[in-house]
Amino acid sequence: MIIKRKEFIQIGSLATASMLLPKFLKAFEGNVMVPAGNKVVVILQLSGGNDGLNTVIPVRNDLYYKARPRLGIEKTKALMLGDEAGLHPALTGLKELYDDGSLGILNNVGYPNPDRSHFRSMDIWHTASQSSEYLTTGWVGRYLDAQCKGCDKPTQAIEIDDILSLSMKGENIKGIAVKDPQRLYGTANEKFFRDVMKNYKDEPGEQPVDYLYKTMAETLSSADYIFKQSRLHPTKAEYPKTDLGNSMKTIASLIFSDINTKVYYVSLGSFDTHIGQEGQQQRLFTQMNDAVKAFVKDLKGNGRFNDVFLFTFSEFGRRVSQNASGGTDHGTANNMFLISGGLKQKGLINELPDLSDLDEGDLKYRIDFKNVYATVLNKWLNADDKAILGKKYDYLDFV
Amino acid sequence: MSLTNQIKNQHLMWRAGFGPAVEQLGDLFKYSPKQIYKALVKASEKKPEYINVADDYLQGLYMGIEEAGRQQKKEMSEDEKKIRQQKSRESIRNLNIYWLHEMVNSGAQLREKLAFFWHGHFACRNLNIFYQQLLLDVIRRNALGNFGTMLKEVSKTAAMLNFLNNQQNRKDHPNENFAREVMELFTLGRGNYTEHDIKEAARAFTGWTSNPKGEFVFRKFQHDYGSKTVLGQTGNFDGEEVLDILLQQKQAAKYIAQKIYKFLVNEQVDPSNVDSLADRFYKNNYDISKLLEDIFTSDWFYQEKNIGVKIKSPIELMAGIRRMLPMTFERDEALLLLQRALGQLLFYPPNVAGWPGGKSWIDSSTLMMRMRIPQMLNDRDEFNVRPKDDDDQMMGSSSSLKKNDVNEDPKATAMKSLKRLNKPLQVNIDWSLYTKNFESIPKEALLANVTGILLQVKSQVSQDLIKQYSDNSGRDNFIKTATLQIMSTPEYQLC
Repeated sequence: MIIKRKEFIQIGSLATASMLLPKFLKAFEGNVMVPAGNKVVVILQLSGGNDGLNTVIPVRNDLYYKARPRLGIEKTKALMLGDEAGLHPALTGLKELYDDGSLGILNNVGYPNPDRSHFRSMDIWHTASQSSEYLTTGWVGRYLDAQCKGCDKPTQAIEIDDILSLSMKGENIKGIAVKDPQRLYGTANEKFFRDVMKNYKDEPGEQPVDYLYKTMAETLSSADYIFKQSRLHPTKAEYPKTDLGNSMKTIASLIFSDINTKVYYVSLGSFDTHIGQEGQQQRLFTQMNDAVKAFVKDLKGNGRFNDVFLFTFSEFGRRVSQNASGGTDHGTANNMFLISGGLKQKGLINELPDLSDLDEGDLKYRIDFKNVYATVLNKWLNADDKAILGKKYDYLDFV
Repeated sequence: MSLTNQIKNQHLMWRAGFGPAVEQLGDLFKYSPKQIYKALVKASEKKPEYINVADDYLQGLYMGIEEAGRQQKKEMSEDEKKIRQQKSRESIRNLNIYWLHEMVNSGAQLREKLAFFWHGHFACRNLNIFYQQLLLDVIRRNALGNFGTMLKEVSKTAAMLNFLNNQQNRKDHPNENFAREVMELFTLGRGNYTEHDIKEAARAFTGWTSNPKGEFVFRKFQHDYGSKTVLGQTGNFDGEEVLDILLQQKQAAKYIAQKIYKFLVNEQVDPSNVDSLADRFYKNNYDISKLLEDIFTSDWFYQEKNIGVKIKSPIELMAGIRRMLPMTFERDEALLLLQRALGQLLFYPPNVAGWPGGKSWIDSSTLMMRMRIPQMLNDRDEFNVRPKDDDDQMMGSSSSLKKNDVNEDPKATAMKSLKRLNKPLQVNIDWSLYTKNFESIPKEALLANVTGILLQVKSQVSQDLIKQYSDNSGRDNFIKTATLQIMSTPEYQLC
């Protein structure tokens, strides 16, 4: 611990002369650093509305094939999970996880009064709001608010991206978006920014200008911190050379380091397959499958798979019936993949969608996604889910 | 310490417009804030021109459906629909750029600034360019007029009725979305009505819909003529009467006055200021111009605690830079990319509640991006940030017109086009207009002068540091580089 602290002071001092140092020290005397064996969450967002029915295929359901004469995936092609359901043919790695007992599938996840606009529905998933309310903070962000009072760095939640998602923004604390730790904010003006920061002598107050300086200080020090951490134990494993592959590799390297990150966030898309669904979903699933497979193998090799909980979600599923353009239109409830070495429920956790009981051609949800969030927050991250979600949601049993 | 007219006038220009323009710099010393405000009001008196960016081709496609509808012909083919959607989205981009240009160049700063406020207040996503143009026109025409009139006109726009699902609001099958948002977001605010009020009000709006041209249509057979009770009043109300009931609530005046106060004055509300504004707004029958006069001619507006405390929204930041440094963009897409990367794309508000504003503009990514913009404009930094996809906007992405190319990664294509944008934003700044303002300033006072014009808050960055990062090889070079460095500080994010 002493070595770590020293190292951190060194890094932190690059960005902050007077203002943050004492607070950094304070933060490290607390229990901020994640000890080995601590649990993290990886959120994989499938943007655009992934077609859940062609992801987990109800291969014995005639209604499915009737609704999708052209797009339906034949039983012989699906990767069978028991008798009733099969995975999309591209998801070979996930099938292995299923066989291995480290894949769980939640079907029919959604929320009441579903919205079919991408943006609004994503908003609802990000903020964990009711569909009739508008929140301006995200659920991971509010986790940071609750968890990190007095923390100085927003590195408890990292999004592998250039832009930070709403889900990562709390009232007082926001996560940090980092596409490539090697690059970070290395800009033509970086030295100027660091000097500006050194120049800042004021005691931090409550004015907007203080908020800007605080964000800038956190950003620069987090950038250094993440960069250093990513080089402590860089993974040597092979990852596919795709965006997602690179992102998962970055996440693995950070998980193997001493970084205090609890939540990683990464997106893949676009799954908005109004036309040409087969090719598009196949291509994206291949990327997802290969990246997740490499990631799990890497975690297992380093003895960390039991500490990592990865889940996927999409803003909505798609309509049960195919459309006239070889695609599907916006729908409602959807499935989620849960991946971890520490799952308590495996395989198909609940029943497949009931295609005979639709709401104007769309699936009815059976599990509110907020129950999933509550479970992850409470059981995996040991956080106060009620304070974060604003309401008590029953826990599920998957972890 | 008493504040100079210069700082007060700049304050006024930032709040009642999009910041001081380079050609106005001389006036900032000459006139009092009262005189400047009078000029601002006068410059906004003229009725704004209708903005029409849709080309004839698109006009034809849209009018085509109407024609087809009338003659009971079959619907447009899938391909025609795709082309129409694509064209419509392109036109919305053009509308964005056109309006942003108005914010920068129009003399009617007060009107465009308030229109920008109402654009966030009556937030609406709609991919139909004609609907968007009509809504924008309602907002720009009424921006300084009567709030009640604007509320009624907005409520009858095709854009809003469609966005809030009122075409599905029929007798015996009510859709409450429109009624809910009218109360929660447009007039009263949460907690000032009951669920029962919403249910009843929704019945009054049944039958309110629009035709394909975007004109308001009242379908009387879908309207519920029965008795309704809304906010304690009972009658066979129609939609207009319900809007009148909402306007009779003093809470509506308070809600709007407070929101405008937060937008124009300070996120930290001074209750006594807001209460008196709301009282007068209500007494003046929702006259927006009178409300603005109350604000901009008050003493408290020019108090130090209200100056330099607003975080500029991305649009205000970009428009403000362009007003001070006249520039042309070789590729307009750069303006859209910047809006997306900074989190505020005109015509694509996050939801019907609009952009939350304030601190929510700032996170690690957006702050660094904001502070890098000046050097990007100067070709010294690259645009290597990839904004997130917006699927509502993309609607199945760039491959939507090329059915055969399903294996092509639309993201890769998008990246290719971004790559071209990577290096410079391809901007030409006309520096001479700017630098000539400093001709008579002695060398040793230059930096203080430049800083005074650019910043509304005392800078934490020392003059030495700015000098160290500026080009000292000549007077003009110094002014240019120092200006860009000052614009790259946290302080410049405030107004």
